[in-house]
Amino acid sequence: MTDASGAPPIHARGLVKEYGDVTAVAGVDLTVEAGDVYGYLGPNGAGKTTVLRMLLGLIRPTAGTARLFGRDPLLEGARALQGVAGFVEAPRFYPYMSGRRNLELLAALDGDGAAGRIDEALDIVEMTARQGHKVGGYSHGMRQRLGVAAALLRDPRLLLLDEPATGLDPAGMRDMRALVARLSSEGTTVLLSSHLMPEVEELCNRVAIVRTGRIVYEGDVESLRARAGGHWRLRTTDDVRAQQVLREQRGVSAVAGVPGTASAPSSLRFEADEAAIAALSIALVDAGAPPVELSPVRATLEDVFFTLTEDEPAVDGGLPATADPVPA
Amino acid sequence: MPRLRTVYAWELRKLLAQKRTFLGLGIAVLVPVVFAVALLVQQGQPEDVAFGRYVRQSGLAIPPVLLIFGSIWLFPLIAALVAGDIVAAEDNNGTLKTILTRSTDRSRIFVAKALAASTYAAVALALMGAVALVAGVAVSGFNPLVTLSGTTVSASKGLELIAFSLLVYMMPLLGIVAIALLLSVLTHNSAAAVVGALMISLILQLVTILPGLGALQPYLLTTQFNAWQGFLRTPIDYAPVVRAAWVCALYAVPCVAVAFTSFVRRDVTGG
Repeated sequence: MTDASGAPPIHARGLVKEYGDVTAVAGVDLTVEAGDVYGYLGPNGAGKTTVLRMLLGLIRPTAGTARLFGRDPLLEGARALQGVAGFVEAPRFYPYMSGRRNLELLAALDGDGAAGRIDEALDIVEMTARQGHKVGGYSHGMRQRLGVAAALLRDPRLLLLDEPATGLDPAGMRDMRALVARLSSEGTTVLLSSHLMPEVEELCNRVAIVRTGRIVYEGDVESLRARAGGHWRLRTTDDVRAQQVLREQRGVSAVAGVPGTASAPSSLRFEADEAAIAALSIALVDAGAPPVELSPVRATLEDVFFTLTEDEPAVDGGLPATADPVPA
Repeated sequence: MPRLRTVYAWELRKLLAQKRTFLGLGIAVLVPVVFAVALLVQQGQPEDVAFGRYVRQSGLAIPPVLLIFGSIWLFPLIAALVAGDIVAAEDNNGTLKTILTRSTDRSRIFVAKALAASTYAAVALALMGAVALVAGVAVSGFNPLVTLSGTTVSASKGLELIAFSLLVYMMPLLGIVAIALLLSVLTHNSAAAVVGALMISLILQLVTILPGLGALQPYLLTTQFNAWQGFLRTPIDYAPVVRAAWVCALYAVPCVAVAFTSFVRRDVTGG
């Protein structure tokens, strides 16, 4: 179980997949380093699953190469998947066999002591009680858990999960995320596709954001957060006067009034460095418009995600593919 | 990588866990039983089929009658029922991606599947042969058998000849398995593969009665379902048996080769 020359868990270059006229994946470069929990984020139809299928050797790229720990699944077949586990789309099993029987079958196809890990894997995903029931009667969430158990049988160093929380109830989602966090802390590298920014934000240290088969952002989550920026929200006893103060204050920009809503009174918004805020509050008091609320509002990563994936179609070079200046 | 034996054993276990498996085996058992019961409760015997005249003289005549009867569609159907399903069912369940992301190469999985489908056809044939023998002997006794040449062979010699006949019968049956397997890989659809293989078998039989195509008959896969009759002549006629071997290979080998290549290279997008 040694890596070929310490190659990264995932190293894909120029991956393209075309189905006739449709380009599902349009030249994806992806490097996942050991220890990463890597979020592969994009709206439905962005080609996330297609990339995972190419990584796992289920489909042939039209162009480009994918290597897992330095091994190309197209050239080396199942051997390239040594130490790799995961699933694409919903995990599927034989409906006419029990959950345990399914795992026994998969463990036999794994060899390498996988059969000895069945009990533990079932226990981790809390499926021990249902292991004897036919998979045909399982709920979506139970199949999802069994899919994770099936992956764990391989004792993976790299785990590929395609939207693992899809279809789970809130408790199931929480458990799934806790499990990913735990596996990561035990040294497993994880590639996680998702269309949910909060999920990626919670679990991942690096992220690639894809749209229409192309990566539009690649970098660590902190850089993305910095890119998101934020603004301040201000309510005072006299918003008209306050607005005047804001416009004259150094280090304050993008001042705008925010009309009140049913749930929130009207307010002002502006952008400023934290350093400018102290001076601003004094100026407001001096001007006779003391603040009753002055709070920072961080842009969520979700806002960035929408900006990146819903804008005008990305023009090549319009957005840097790598916005992360610091090597991870 | 796990051994072929392990993968093959699991393919058999999967078959044993499915109801359709027992449908084919059930028919293989039921047909000779029904035939024997009919002989008990009815007068007369099938006159227009070889060995039909002797089914009341010797129980050994019953397996040959059923082999002839079964070659039209019964055995092709039983063989196709599993061979046509064995890959397409994985497409249908979405489990192809599940088993192809483990540590077993696609080529090994294909070989295990081909072996399992062949095993199933062999088991069904052996089962029918055994049940037909037991039922036949119970109804008509373990008596000497009149061969196609009109000579009589002892009961034990007859038993031996029938065993060889079943082996030869297996060759065209494997041809059907190969066709069904190919359709199973190509169509991704179990019903299409089963029906398709059966249709091909029926059409091949139809070809022989079309005017001008009679010369093709010795080279049709379905004609080889009669090759075993060479054993029940005196002296034994090996010519049809030898021809059956290479004609069946001519059908089976290309089908399996194309199925293998397609299975190993195809994009697995389902599930």
